[in-house]
Amino acid sequence: MWSIIKALIITFRHAFRQRVTIQYPEEKPYLAPRWRGRIILSRDPDGGERCVACYLCSAVCPVQCIALQATEDASGRRYPEFFRINFSRCIFCGECEEACPTCAIQLTPDFEMSEYERKNLVYEKEHLLISGCGKYPGYNFYRQAGLAIKGKGKGEGDQESPPVDVLSLLP
Amino acid sequence: MRMMIGQLSVIFGVLIAALTAAAFLIWLERRLLALWQDRYGPNRAGPFGLLQVPADMIKIFFKEDWIPPFADRQLFVAAPAIITITVLLSFAVVPFAPGIAVISPDLGLLFFLGMSSLAVYSVALAGISSNNKYSLIGALRALAQLLSYEVFMGLSLMGVVMLAGSFNLNKIVEAQRHLWFVIPQFPGFILFFIAGIAETHRLPFDLPEAESELSAGFHCEYSGMKFGMFFVGEYLSITLISAMTATFFFGGWQGPLLPPVIWFALKTFAFICLFILIRASLPRPRYDQLLAFAWKLLLPLALLNVLITAAIVLALER
Amino acid sequence: MSILFIIAALVAVVAALMVISRRSVIHALIYLIISFLAVAMTFFLLGAPFVAIMEIIIYAGAILVLFLFVVMMLNIGRPAIDQEKQWMAPQGMIAPIIMVVILLGELGYYLLIINRTYKTSAHTVTAHEVGQSLFGPYLLAVELVSFLFLAGIFAAYHLSRLEVDTDGHGEEQ
Repeated sequence: MWSIIKALIITFRHAFRQRVTIQYPEEKPYLAPRWRGRIILSRDPDGGERCVACYLCSAVCPVQCIALQATEDASGRRYPEFFRINFSRCIFCGECEEACPTCAIQLTPDFEMSEYERKNLVYEKEHLLISGCGKYPGYNFYRQAGLAIKGKGKGEGDQESPPVDVLSLLP
Repeated sequence: MRMMIGQLSVIFGVLIAALTAAAFLIWLERRLLALWQDRYGPNRAGPFGLLQVPADMIKIFFKEDWIPPFADRQLFVAAPAIITITVLLSFAVVPFAPGIAVISPDLGLLFFLGMSSLAVYSVALAGISSNNKYSLIGALRALAQLLSYEVFMGLSLMGVVMLAGSFNLNKIVEAQRHLWFVIPQFPGFILFFIAGIAETHRLPFDLPEAESELSAGFHCEYSGMKFGMFFVGEYLSITLISAMTATFFFGGWQGPLLPPVIWFALKTFAFICLFILIRASLPRPRYDQLLAFAWKLLLPLALLNVLITAAIVLALER
Repeated sequence: MSILFIIAALVAVVAALMVISRRSVIHALIYLIISFLAVAMTFFLLGAPFVAIMEIIIYAGAILVLFLFVVMMLNIGRPAIDQEKQWMAPQGMIAPIIMVVILLGELGYYLLIINRTYKTSAHTVTAHEVGQSLFGPYLLAVELVSFLFLAGIFAAYHLSRLEVDTDGHGEEQ
């Protein structure tokens, strides 16, 4: 009997507590920097696309929501001809970000992407590409990948050593 | 003719007041539950979320009203009407203020008991006509529960009747001019309120519905406005039990300064809040506990209360 | 008032006829409830509101609920309804119909020819008077009935009690 009354009193006292509800549209919730939200494609510090169209993100995606087509420019640099993410399928698991060897695909703390039409949830490359570097400023894959592209020969990059001449006998 | 118009206005006033109160109870309950659970509740539609009620009403009116093909059609349709009608009929005897009541029969209290005992059929028929095992179990539970709690709901009021010397609700209110019956009849008040919660099958006695075990119990096949009728019936009966508690034990419309109707509304409102507070804080008992509680504890207590009250009344008369 | 009485009485009779002619037990029970409500109405019009309310509370509100409870416990499906249909065959109904007609005739004869002095709402019997007569002239009957109920309660308890195991387990409600 006493416990019942005590329960009533405790419940009643909750009327004067701090509310836990966040009034969402007016009051934004805190999102951690590593929060997995809308997916973007980032660029090099010098403005080129980071994505090299290796298909790793598409292969690892558990719901097969990423579609892309690789192509090359005149200097042999690979880039995606199109890059399409179907956000009505995406589960925001972040596997693509982990799989990406060039830090191109990244998840951002943004979730406000509701649409009235489902087909508007299919994002093309121009919707995905941002102008900055995202979470990894200053990282440039082709500067350290050891590949020859326009403006840089083999072994001329930041952390690259000149290529070894395997036919030579010198150490 | 003037009498007639007065009578009609009272009838419609009571109907509209009761139905509006029941409709806004939905909002009130959600807001209060939220308040006691550290939330806000519906606060978007209109000021304080008050327009939530019309929104919900519009929604429920336009929902598909589906009758399952395996159901017993006639009973299925009749069941939700029964609870609303019986509860609204009970409102006929509620004395809102001196002279403001639809009827004031000499056996008003018994009329209220009779109507609340007929309300059982709503639940029972809903459960049995749905032809669904969850509904059937819900209806079985409801029957046993309502029957058990009805017994001492009547008995708990007998003390009040003895003190007032009448079944007439107006006379019962008049008899509390000097002393509210909650003081001499405190056990009666507790018993009546518990029985009232069980009769309206609200938490913690909502075993007929028990959404966690029986999906929705007796009304799990109902949709659209038929479900809405059950809902309205439930909120109407909460209002009714609160109004009756105020009438029987807390002096009805009596009170200083404010007009009687306001006093009556305030007291009723307080008990409605108590209903919701109880819902917010108490868990549901097991079914055998519920029935054992009724027959082994509350019924003997009610009988004892009747006995002692009768003895004291007789001793004082002598 | 008299027209109201006749309507209520007609409803009671028709509902009673429906009770015995329905194949589904539930529907029969519903008509029985309606019949009781109509009878309560007639009591009310005859000036016995207390009895009318008691009819509603006890018969319609409690006893028939128990009936309904039992019906819900039994699994009555198609076969039972078919069996009922068989029992409802016209040749089986002749004898009961004859007897009911004879009874009705007698009742009508009594009401219309011999005793024409029935009145509606000549005098309202209050709860006070009911109590006075129950605990005055009919005290012995009341006591006897209460003994009967007590015996009934004990018998029901005895019948529904499960055997308690020797080791004290298995006690069920």
